[in-house]
Amino acid sequence: IVDHSINRGKEKRVGTIISSKYTLWNFLPKNLFEQFRRIANFYFLIIFLYSPITSGLPLFFVITVTAIKQGYEDWLRHRADNEVNKSTVYIIENAKRVKKESEKIKVGDIVEVQADETFPCDLILLSSCTVDGTCYVTTASLDGESNCKTHYAVRDTIELRTVESIDNLRAAIECEQPQPDLYKFVGRINIYSNSIEAVARSLGPENLLLKGATLKNTKKIYGVAVYTGMETKMALNYQGKSQKRSAVEKSINAFLIVYLFILLTKAAICTTLKYVWQSTPHNDEPWYNQKTQKERETWKVLKMFTDFLSFMVLFNFIIPVSMYVTVEMQKFLGSFFISWDNDFYDEEINEGALVNTSDLNEELGQVDYVFTDKTGTLTENTMEFIECCIDGHKYKGVAQETDGLSQTDGPLPYLDRADKNREELFLRALCLCHTVEVKPNDTVDGVTESSELTYMSSSPDEIALVKGAKKYGFTFVGVQNGYMRVENQRKEIEEYELLHTLNFDAVRRRMSVIVKTQTGADSAVFPRVQNHEIDLIKVHVEHNAMEGYRTLCIAFKEIAPDDYERVNRQLIEAKMALQDREEKMEKVFDEIETDMHLIGATAVEDKLQDQAAETIEALHAAGLKVWVLTGDKMETAKSTCYACQDRLHELLTEYRKKLLAWTEHQEYGLIIDGSTLSLILNSSQDSGSNNYKSIFLQICMKCTAVLCCRMAPLQKAQIVRMVKNLKGSPITLSIGDGANDVSMILESHVGIGKEGRQASRNSDYAVPKFKHLKKLLLAHGHLYYVRIAHLVQYFFYKNLCFILPQFLYQFFCGFSQQPLYDAAYLTMYNICFTSLPILAYSLLEQHINIDTLTSDPRLYMKISGNAMLQLGPFLYWTFLAAFEGTVFFFGTYFLFQTTSLDENGKVYGNWTFGTIIFTILVFTVTLKLALDTPFYVFFSFFWGGIIWPFLKQQRMYFVFAQMLSSVSVWLTIILLIFVSLSPRCSGLY
Amino acid sequence: MAMNYNAKDEVDGGPPCPPGGTAKTRRPDNTAFKQQRLPAWQPILTAGTVLPTFFIIGLIFIPIGIGIFVTSNNIREIEGNVFMYYGLSNFYQNHRRYVKSRDDGQLNGDPSALLNPSKECEPYRRNEDKPIAPCGAIANSMFNDTLELFQVGNASDLTPIPLKKKGIAWWTDKNVKFRNPPGTDPLEERFKGTTKPVNWVKPVYMLDSDEDNNGFINEDFIVWMRTAALPTFRKLYRLIERKNDLHPTLPAGRYYLNITYNYPVHSFDGRKRMILSTISWMGGKNPFLGIAYITIGSISFLLGVVLLVINHKYRNSSNTADITI
Repeated sequence: IVDHSINRGKEKRVGTIISSKYTLWNFLPKNLFEQFRRIANFYFLIIFLYSPITSGLPLFFVITVTAIKQGYEDWLRHRADNEVNKSTVYIIENAKRVKKESEKIKVGDIVEVQADETFPCDLILLSSCTVDGTCYVTTASLDGESNCKTHYAVRDTIELRTVESIDNLRAAIECEQPQPDLYKFVGRINIYSNSIEAVARSLGPENLLLKGATLKNTKKIYGVAVYTGMETKMALNYQGKSQKRSAVEKSINAFLIVYLFILLTKAAICTTLKYVWQSTPHNDEPWYNQKTQKERETWKVLKMFTDFLSFMVLFNFIIPVSMYVTVEMQKFLGSFFISWDNDFYDEEINEGALVNTSDLNEELGQVDYVFTDKTGTLTENTMEFIECCIDGHKYKGVAQETDGLSQTDGPLPYLDRADKNREELFLRALCLCHTVEVKPNDTVDGVTESSELTYMSSSPDEIALVKGAKKYGFTFVGVQNGYMRVENQRKEIEEYELLHTLNFDAVRRRMSVIVKTQTGADSAVFPRVQNHEIDLIKVHVEHNAMEGYRTLCIAFKEIAPDDYERVNRQLIEAKMALQDREEKMEKVFDEIETDMHLIGATAVEDKLQDQAAETIEALHAAGLKVWVLTGDKMETAKSTCYACQDRLHELLTEYRKKLLAWTEHQEYGLIIDGSTLSLILNSSQDSGSNNYKSIFLQICMKCTAVLCCRMAPLQKAQIVRMVKNLKGSPITLSIGDGANDVSMILESHVGIGKEGRQASRNSDYAVPKFKHLKKLLLAHGHLYYVRIAHLVQYFFYKNLCFILPQFLYQFFCGFSQQPLYDAAYLTMYNICFTSLPILAYSLLEQHINIDTLTSDPRLYMKISGNAMLQLGPFLYWTFLAAFEGTVFFFGTYFLFQTTSLDENGKVYGNWTFGTIIFTILVFTVTLKLALDTPFYVFFSFFWGGIIWPFLKQQRMYFVFAQMLSSVSVWLTIILLIFVSLSPRCSGLY
Repeated sequence: MAMNYNAKDEVDGGPPCPPGGTAKTRRPDNTAFKQQRLPAWQPILTAGTVLPTFFIIGLIFIPIGIGIFVTSNNIREIEGNVFMYYGLSNFYQNHRRYVKSRDDGQLNGDPSALLNPSKECEPYRRNEDKPIAPCGAIANSMFNDTLELFQVGNASDLTPIPLKKKGIAWWTDKNVKFRNPPGTDPLEERFKGTTKPVNWVKPVYMLDSDEDNNGFINEDFIVWMRTAALPTFRKLYRLIERKNDLHPTLPAGRYYLNITYNYPVHSFDGRKRMILSTISWMGGKNPFLGIAYITIGSISFLLGVVLLVINHKYRNSSNTADITI
């Protein structure tokens, strides 16, 4: 086989998929580089270079923990990669089956794939074990759609069903550059058979088998590899998912700047005072404490600068190094609680919730706007045929009669019937215009074949329609050799040759089939539809749409053989085109689909999901705004929306006037459709467009519910972006299940997909049902937010408490940068002494019971707008820390005014002084946490003291034990702890 | 009817499941931890629990405070063992440059550190090409005034009061942290090759005649080496032991303090003091702790009373007295 791909510059192609970031060799340097790109880490690195001992260990700890986390995640990716790359595949080489690893596949290799195997690369289907060269494929792991799709081989290669014959194939394939769109593929195959001129066939997505999809119900296929490794559509789709940052993280950075400012101020104050103090000669260099020659000779400005730096190092613990690692750990470990939650488990699909990112847990507690898709998200997406309308006559199938239908073997009794011919035409159209497949019965059983049919389709609507037609006596039996077979009401099999299928797509929102009638029975000439009948149908359609049904209109057109020739030519031409195939096809389709005759309409019901309404109600009560963005309803003619352009301005201003009159207590909903919306959003050349947009937004803001219908996928994302960029940048959440929701999910702050669907791969969280959103937001989101907000505040608080005494001590040691605490305490404070309680707290805290949270949505409002990380709470914590730090220092200071604290008269030194303060500090900070949580999980508070007595460094030798032998010290510790905590104690009351 | 759209159908016909594997459910474990239903103690802070706390704290703190206060004030009477302190003010023993100017290895008797002291000791590291033992600013500035106490008799005769030199340093310092260089030779030999600190009159091995209180393990030296926390400090100088139970250690009368003045303090505006004090179970005299306890206890008690009144009123106006946070 010759595979010649034009338009492709790169020659070297490897079949390896690499999704991992690191290898064993570059992990260390690359990871370190990535980590130090973070500003905080870089700052700590600078501090570390200046004073290696005290700040080195925390930094090392932080870097190590982060590296382990990232290494673990990368290892998982490596494992997944290996699974894909090392899997065995069979390649046909010289008429033999050769076993290879999948990464060895080269473009142009012929690959054999067995049933239920996944395709190792993107393949062009050459032949399958079936006669007609089709195979069934499920792309569940690719886009989440679990239904079977049919793929076709090119006619000329269908016969090559053996290893030997396929080896004789001489062909060249031209295809486009690799691109990520799963549903687009343009290519051409030139087949050279027996020195005759090459036969060219067009290749489309229906010929392409995607890597990652699974072969179903087909024993074996042969295919040519066209894209391998990183060029496959699957690999291209996994690239470049943008990083979302949570609001809390932004708050942390703001706090960090405040604390950096405090740090700089402190260092500056100390440096200034140091030089003021040193201006007295006996302070600068008393006889007992002389400088070295080198110190004396150092240039003064340089000395001041190094002094400033030394103070920075001394006070740098005010910026909590370990906070980042604790936050990371909290997020990582905390996210397990979502996937562990039993309430999110869905029996039907055997899946619980899925967490794709742990970075946004707390964002779930901050959502202002919920954008939801309708179909499949709010609704079950299991369609039921409700009624139809033929020539303005309404036919209603009663659900209960469904079972009895096969027995009565005839049409349902109609109250008022349309012309028999019209009726049959309508039902035939329903039977023919679809892409439903009949699942072949493995067991050959001629009797049951007709009555027990399993339909498969990519669209549940189609199945509902076919089933609906069956109710009225027209049964679709299947496709054979390009003929569609329909069993009519008289139990006769009618055969139609399927000439062309103009597929349904989201843009055209219609599909049609061109069939050639075989049996003469129905070749009667149909009368033209009368105008009044159109009106009648329209009434029905509108009525049905109001009731929330999905409506489709059925129309037909007769094509004369001559016309068909022309159409056929155009279609084939368009299908063969390499460039702009889409546009060309669309144009031809449009041409064909004009001057259709309307026969009737159908209504299909999409059932609302279990508890969907209750969930929306709860979300409303929680102060969330729920917008429903849906692509539903057939798009009306474009002309209507242009017609209303002139009126748009009027309408909007009118609405605004009304808006001003609205009172707070009334609740309004807004319904807008996609075409109108595009006028508002996209009329950029219009000078007044900004005005429209703002007026529209004003209206939306006042509404509690907004329904946007007939939305294109991109419009959904546009709406989300528009709301996201509002003043105060509200947090948005999008939930959806289909491919058309992905753009909106990616755009919003938090994306939630439905489990097992395409959207779940691109989302941040996936839950099986819409109702789970309630607990996810109201309970999990709320708790995560409270936990992390408290964690952040507490971290800043405890470090300010820690460093303030050290700052005050400078006033008593001649601003000489003498540390108050021993280096070990400085280093271990955040790592050992105070880290575990807050981590346990931030994982387990439930300040309000989960059941209470879910049952009372109003609690959600209390934390909205990042309430716990605003200036108020921040100042409260900062002042509390300042108060406590002062109490610690001066309490101990006054204690040290005496001669001795010991009953044997011995004297304590400066290290004891620091250790006492440190002891009070650790106890206070830990007890403070205990007071803040009304939720005591017993194992939270241990840890700190364990390593305490073991610190026996030279200068700290026995300091701690000696300290404990003093009753006064004990009394002081108790007293000062109580004093520090008293504001909180009285606050409790 | 088998003809329905259902994702499950597809799964059933899908990948071949290992036998028995079909029953495997992915339902999360129903454990208290995973479902966030750990048992926890959730105290509800109500008037009923908070109010007594205030009263109890008040009732505990006030007696403790009074006890401390009385004890602290009683320390004046010179009974029991008397401790003699010297005090210095405006002396920055806690200056960073000063605090680190020592070599703990040398002080622990490490022979290599003895002859090659740490760089931290600069500029008190070497003198005339010989290593200083003990090196560093702390050792160099050791307090070297001599204080002697005499009781003035009836005939103006002076009876010296025996001052005990030993037992003034921390036991661990004396027995673990400070060690003379190893060996059995006389101390002078063991310190061979070193020189005395610049400001010292005598070398370190001549600090005391008692072998057990000489060299690095001289207790005056050890006490000095424990740097003070604040610029005004006191250090234990001598012990005056009680002879028998009948007489007070220092009976009322006239005393004569003889100070051999060596230590200069004027240059840095400092002061010297001598303090005689007895020690109680809570250390030396310190009014702070007692007063603090009494104050905090009283405030707590008062707060309890105020809250009780408020609570009483509140209860009259409303039936729900439970106030949760």
